[in-house]
Amino acid sequence: MTLAQTPPVAAAARGHHDTGERVRLTPTAGVSLGVAVIWLSVLVLLPLAAVVARGTGHGWNEFWHVVSSRGALDAIRLTVISSLIVAVVNAAMGTLIAWVLVRDRFFGRRLLEIAIDIPFALPTIVAGLVMLTLYGKGGPLGLDLYATRPGVVLALLFVTLPFVVRTVQPVLMALDRDVEEAAASLGAGPLVVFRRVVLPSITPAIASGAALAFGRAMGEYGSVILIAGGLPRTTVASQYVYGQIQDGYLADAASVSTVLLVISIVVLSSLGIFHRRQVRRG
Amino acid sequence: MGIEAVGISKRFGDFVALESVDLHVETGRLTALLGPSGGGKSTLLRIIGGLDDPDEGSVHIDGLEATGVPPQRRNVGFVFQHYAAFKHLSVYRNVAFGLEIRKRPKAEIRQRVHELLELVHLEQFADRLPSQLSGGQRQRMALARALAVQPRVLLLDEPFGALDTMVRKELRDWLRRLHDEMHVTTVFVTHDQEEALEVSDELVVINHGRIEQVGTPTELYDNPDNEFVMGFLGPVTRLGPQLVRPHDIEVFLTPEPGAVEASVTRLQRIGFEVRAELATPDSTPWVQLNRGQAEALKLQVGARVWLRAARDASTLRAAG
Amino acid sequence: MADNAVLERPAVAGPRTRGRETRPRSARYIRRAVAVVYVVGLVILPVWIVLWRTIRQGGSAFWNAISAQSAVHAYQVTAIVAGSAVVINTVFGIGVAILLARYRFPGRRLLDVLVDVPISISPIVVGLALVLAYGTTTGRFGTDLAKAGIHVIFSAPGMVLATSFVSLPLVLREVLPVLEEEGIDQDQAARSLGANAWQRLIRVTLPTIRWALAYGVVLSIARSLGEFGALRVVSGDITGQTQTITLVVDERAEQFEPGAYQLSLILIAVSVLCMVVISFVRPGGQR
Repeated sequence: MTLAQTPPVAAAARGHHDTGERVRLTPTAGVSLGVAVIWLSVLVLLPLAAVVARGTGHGWNEFWHVVSSRGALDAIRLTVISSLIVAVVNAAMGTLIAWVLVRDRFFGRRLLEIAIDIPFALPTIVAGLVMLTLYGKGGPLGLDLYATRPGVVLALLFVTLPFVVRTVQPVLMALDRDVEEAAASLGAGPLVVFRRVVLPSITPAIASGAALAFGRAMGEYGSVILIAGGLPRTTVASQYVYGQIQDGYLADAASVSTVLLVISIVVLSSLGIFHRRQVRRG
Repeated sequence: MGIEAVGISKRFGDFVALESVDLHVETGRLTALLGPSGGGKSTLLRIIGGLDDPDEGSVHIDGLEATGVPPQRRNVGFVFQHYAAFKHLSVYRNVAFGLEIRKRPKAEIRQRVHELLELVHLEQFADRLPSQLSGGQRQRMALARALAVQPRVLLLDEPFGALDTMVRKELRDWLRRLHDEMHVTTVFVTHDQEEALEVSDELVVINHGRIEQVGTPTELYDNPDNEFVMGFLGPVTRLGPQLVRPHDIEVFLTPEPGAVEASVTRLQRIGFEVRAELATPDSTPWVQLNRGQAEALKLQVGARVWLRAARDASTLRAAG
Repeated sequence: MADNAVLERPAVAGPRTRGRETRPRSARYIRRAVAVVYVVGLVILPVWIVLWRTIRQGGSAFWNAISAQSAVHAYQVTAIVAGSAVVINTVFGIGVAILLARYRFPGRRLLDVLVDVPISISPIVVGLALVLAYGTTTGRFGTDLAKAGIHVIFSAPGMVLATSFVSLPLVLREVLPVLEEEGIDQDQAARSLGANAWQRLIRVTLPTIRWALAYGVVLSIARSLGEFGALRVVSGDITGQTQTITLVVDERAEQFEPGAYQLSLILIAVSVLCMVVISFVRPGGQR
């Protein structure tokens, strides 16, 4: 008897074609895929494999010996700590700036919006020069951060500024204000509304922005070298690797690079997790 | 001649979309592939059009081998459910696309495109972008685009599926008239039985990757081969051991030969139609009556009546 | 903590019309002030100082610096290296985006992940990787290539590789979402209308992705012009031979020679130009 109802209604309700469908490779596409994979291998995979092979080629003992040597360890420690500071500061300041850009209206907001993109657009060495000029020796502010760790952190903050702002901004814009107003109408104070309603929606964006900033800071080179000077106490990891390359210690350089590569991969995969969470929250 | 598909099988991973299907479409006919979602009808259409390749089987179009021939060399017109309009091109350029690919002279293209735009009533929209058209207009444009290259066959994949009911009905009539003028061999896929019954010359019911039955709409409605076809094409109810259409049940106020006793459990009026739900000792059929019939019988809930399938009604023995 | 305290007082104004302030409160001014001071101190002021110093050094200093022979040579090297890398990445980006969006094949997910790897790697590590693979005496494949007369490291091919590496996914990541959004219907419609693969690419796919493509290309140009670390390693930083503009800026700045500011200004101008172009292209869906 229920048979009677089946045809039009149920079938229509079920909807049908999946628009995200994909087809089997055609010969042309197959050849393109082959070329792309070869290029990716020549450009990226083989060289990176060469780094890991060279870095770990003399066994784990040698690897640990190199990585835990004074200079390498100091450089890695400085880089990790600076990058963590940078990630945390960015998470807070980036969210604040994104909030101001989305929710506030004032004279000069457009300029602020443009300024956020400058660090991405500037070549890193120019960014370095810019930081050195203002915060280095003889700068107009009278601050001398040349060859100091705060100077390094400042340079890293400059180049990573856009990450959190640009990941949080679209999420904030898409946020449904009605929900906040509903919460407020239910008696939630502004603080509670932010913590219980807004923050949960933007947390994945903040996290992925901060992770991006951390990853960038870990590998940063051009913007740091001028303000860091050449002193051991302000040498970041990539600067240390460059020094090793210059001195001809390629195997040592490869070992420290392997550490950096592993960190990159961890950051990249954590980003995948944040991203999925963000997608799920819609 | 027409379309000849023989022994078509197609699998997607473990899912069997089509299993050794044979389909014959005569030249100049308008044929509907009807069936539930996921039944394989769209896949069969895409195989005919060359957008998918069959795992087994062969396709001939107008007597020419088409199996393995890429779609760009089959000369078929294909119309997609979501229009597949070239969004960056004007309506004119959309329709002209196939002719430009074939490097026809400019003057010929202009003439042909204008003829077609007239045919689909879009002359005044020639310079618009697809985004400036309604859904129905976009689909008419897509149809003109497919017809521009004078295809040997026209294939439509749920062409009205994305449109709302009113536009759908209008386009359906219009497609029928267009076909009567052009006589191009046409196959269209739909899951809407009303659409299929109304528009097509011939109906092919497909389910679970197999063809259930082929015939004219009347043949299939009146003489379904099985429960599935009967249920898919129209309402079915069970009277004792028989499956019968609810409007094919005769209602009597006194015992009649062959009629079973029943009591009315619910009456529902829907406009001009009256639905009576009843109970017999072994089934709970429902009967479709018009208002006049219901009033003549003075049906009331709890009333005692006798039911019998009409003499010329198509019935099937219920399985199990 | 102080930052958090500021942050936690956001929805202050309560119900109000979108984007229009009706009841400004002190918390809003504090947030605004902190954001503005931070961005001004970190970005606007430093950039302004560089502009100011350049201007103060005068027009002739500017002209001398940017027309110096080493600078002119650096423009040529930069143009060749960045130009090649952008072309390569554009072709690669379009091709792989089409593959990822339209086809199913084993390893599709893996390819999708792998193309993002280069962007997160330190440029120095990139340079080292290329040296270890293709260095004439140091590389695994470089020694064989050198026998064949091909020198990759300390010459143009290596510099092109390094630049391609660091900007590999930029075009791809802009183009892919558009292609996924559009699906394969238009492509299939074009096929059924008789268009071959090349005609479909030129007439249907490229027009569909043109804005995203333009955006991706501009991003690639900006990134390629500005590459420094990886180039420093693979180019050998040979004055007057393999130096790009960024390498010359570094040399001048580290040795306190004049010209760093002036050349930086050129790079800043190009960056600003790129940003302007981007801001025109960015509003997606604009026609």
